[in-house]
Amino acid sequence: MYRYDEFDQRLIDERVAQFREQVARRLSGELTEDEFKPLRLMNGVYLQLHAYMLRVSIPYGLLSSRQLRMLAHIARTYDRDYGHFTTRQNIQYNWPKLEDLPDILADLASVEMHAIQTSGNSFRNTTADQYAGVAADEVEDSRIYAEIIRQWSTLHPEFSFLPRKFKIAVTASPKDRTAVWFHDIGVIMHRDEQGEVGFEILAGGGQGRTPMIGKTVRKFVPKKHLLSYLEAIMRVYNMLGRRDNLFKARIKILVHETGIDEFRRLVEAEWAQIKNGYLDLPQAEIDRITDHFQPPAYETLADASPEFKKKLREDKDFATWITANTAAHKRSGYAIVNLSLKPIGVPPGDLTSAQMDAVADLADRYSFGELRATHEQNLTFADVRKTDLYALWQELKKHNLATANVGLIGDIICCPGLDYCALANARSIPVAQRIARRFQDLKRQHDIGPLRLKMSGCINACGHHHVGHIGILGVDRKGEEYYQITLGGSADEHASIGDILGPAFPSDKVVDAVEALIDTYLDIRNDGEAFLETYRRVGKEPFKERLYATA
Amino acid sequence: MALHIITGNRLIDGLVVFLAEDGGWTETLAASRVIEDDEELAQMKTLAAAAAKAAIVVEPYPIDVTRDDGEVRPVRYRERIRAFGPSIHPAFAKQDAAGHFAAEDDDEESPVSRKRA
Repeated sequence: MYRYDEFDQRLIDERVAQFREQVARRLSGELTEDEFKPLRLMNGVYLQLHAYMLRVSIPYGLLSSRQLRMLAHIARTYDRDYGHFTTRQNIQYNWPKLEDLPDILADLASVEMHAIQTSGNSFRNTTADQYAGVAADEVEDSRIYAEIIRQWSTLHPEFSFLPRKFKIAVTASPKDRTAVWFHDIGVIMHRDEQGEVGFEILAGGGQGRTPMIGKTVRKFVPKKHLLSYLEAIMRVYNMLGRRDNLFKARIKILVHETGIDEFRRLVEAEWAQIKNGYLDLPQAEIDRITDHFQPPAYETLADASPEFKKKLREDKDFATWITANTAAHKRSGYAIVNLSLKPIGVPPGDLTSAQMDAVADLADRYSFGELRATHEQNLTFADVRKTDLYALWQELKKHNLATANVGLIGDIICCPGLDYCALANARSIPVAQRIARRFQDLKRQHDIGPLRLKMSGCINACGHHHVGHIGILGVDRKGEEYYQITLGGSADEHASIGDILGPAFPSDKVVDAVEALIDTYLDIRNDGEAFLETYRRVGKEPFKERLYATA
Repeated sequence: MALHIITGNRLIDGLVVFLAEDGGWTETLAASRVIEDDEELAQMKTLAAAAAKAAIVVEPYPIDVTRDDGEVRPVRYRERIRAFGPSIHPAFAKQDAAGHFAAEDDDEESPVSRKRA
C-alpha cells in the first residue's frame, strides 16, 4: 500500500499541531462556536446529537493491520470501545471529547492517517473497488489512480472552497462495486480499441434529495491526461456551480441544468487550455505510485486443494459462507473474503475494539497484513489462500464476523439515522435490525438470493436508499417516524434510481411491508431470477397491489 | 404556555446537558429547570446565552417538555433520543427512560410465518 513520504507526514503533523492550538483557544473561550466550527469541520469533527463525532478518512478503503490496531486503540482509549464503518469507506467515532481530539489526531498521524477533508465543501475520500488489485475481471489496479487522485485532491488550493462537497469514484472492473454512476465524478478504467488503458469520465451523478445517474463527459482519457481532465471539470464546476442555494450546489444540478453537451463543451474548452502542461502525469510518477501497490508474495498454488473441497462437502455452513462471503481472485489458489459487519443485533458497520484487534491479527495471519473497508459497510481480506479459508472462517465465527449474508437481505446498508445524527428525521438502525431479525434464517436469505436493501434516516441519503433494490427512507410525519419504500434502484453498472411505491409506513408496519414485498417476489419470480430482475420484468404494480392490499 | 427546558451540548465533551435549577448544567433530566412562563423563558435564554459565551455549552436552545407526576419528558422524539441516549444502546442510557429502548424480539416472528406454522 502507499506509504507517506516526508511531505505527506509533515503536512499532517503540522495540521495536528495547528488543531491542538485551535482547540485550546476554543476551550478558553477565545474562539466562539461560529469561529471554531469551520476549523473543526476541516479536521473531521462534527457535533452530533449526543456528542462530537470524528470521521477518519480511510483512503479508498485500504487499511494496514497496524492502522486498524490504532483505530482499536482510539476506540478503547477515547471513545466507547467501538467504531462505525460508514457508507463511504471511512470510520466514525461517536463519543470523542473535544479536549481529547488533538491527541486522537496525533495518534492517527503516527500511523499515516488523518481526518482532513472528511467534511466541508471539499474533495472527500475517493471511493474505490474493495477488490482492486485482485479482482479476476479488472483491467488494471485502480488503487494507483485512486492514490494519484488523493494526492492531487488533498488541500488543492484552487478547490478548497467548492460550492459543495465533492466525491470521486474509481473502478476498473466491468462489474461495478463503487457506485461509480452515483458520484460527482466517476472514473471507469477500460481498454480502448487499440488496447490502450485509459478512463471513461462521468460527471453529475449523486444521491441526496435529487438523485441523478452520472453522464459520460468523455469516453476515453489517456492516463497521462487524467489530472488535467479532472481539473478542467473542477474549474467549470467551481466557476458555474451554484453557491446561492445549498440544495442546488452539487455538480449534478449544474450538469442537469446546463445539459451534458454544453457542459462537455465547457470542459473540453478548459481542457484545451491546460492539457499538455504541468498536470500531465509523467510515466515515472505513475511508476513510483505503482511501486507502492506491488502484489504481495503470492505462492504458486493449485486452485482448490483436496482438503478445501472436502470441507466444502462436509460442512454445509462453511459452504454457505463460501458462497455468500467470498469472491474470485485473479491468482490461482487464492480467494477474496468478505467479513460481514451485519450480524444479528449489531448496528450495521459497528465494530468493537476487540474485534478490530482480532481482525488485525487475522489480516496478519491470512491476508498479508492488509484489509479494505467497503462502502457496503463490510471489511474485505483481499488475499487469502483457499487452503486457509476453513481456519479463517472458524476464527471469524469466534468474533461474530462470519455471518454468511454478504449481498443478501441481511447485509443492509444503513446510515446512523436519528439515533446519532443531527440531520436525521427518523431512526434507521433499529429498523434495519428488526428487518435483519425477521430474515435471520440464512437458508431463507439464500433462497431469496441477491438483494440490496438500503436505508437512510433522511433525504441526504447516506444510506443509499435510492439505489437499493429495496430502499427505505425515514421521514418525520407530524412528529412520528414513517418509512417510505422504493423499489428497483441499483448502484452497479446497470445503474437505476428506485421508484417510490406509495404512501409511507409507520415504524411498526415497515418490517411486514418488506416481507410482503419479498413474498410477492418469491411468488412471481422465474427460475433463477433475482429480485431486481423480477422487478425490472414486471414493474411495481404487483408489489404495490400486495403491499397496499395487506397494509 | 407549554413547559420548556433549555438544552445544549457541553463544550468540553459534547455531551447533552440541561439548564439546572441552580443555574448550572446537568446531564440529568430530572434536575433540569422546568420553565413555566414567557418571562422566565426569556430570562433563562439570556442565562444560557451567557453560558455559551463563557465556553460552557454550545448553541443552547429551549425544547418543549411535559411533566407528569414530576417526571420531565421531552415532547419531540429527537429530543427524547438526545436525553435518553441512542435507542439501540441501553448500556448508554443516560436516565431512566421507560419504553425508549427497542424491544429485542418485537419482530422476531412474522404474522405470515406464524400463520403458516
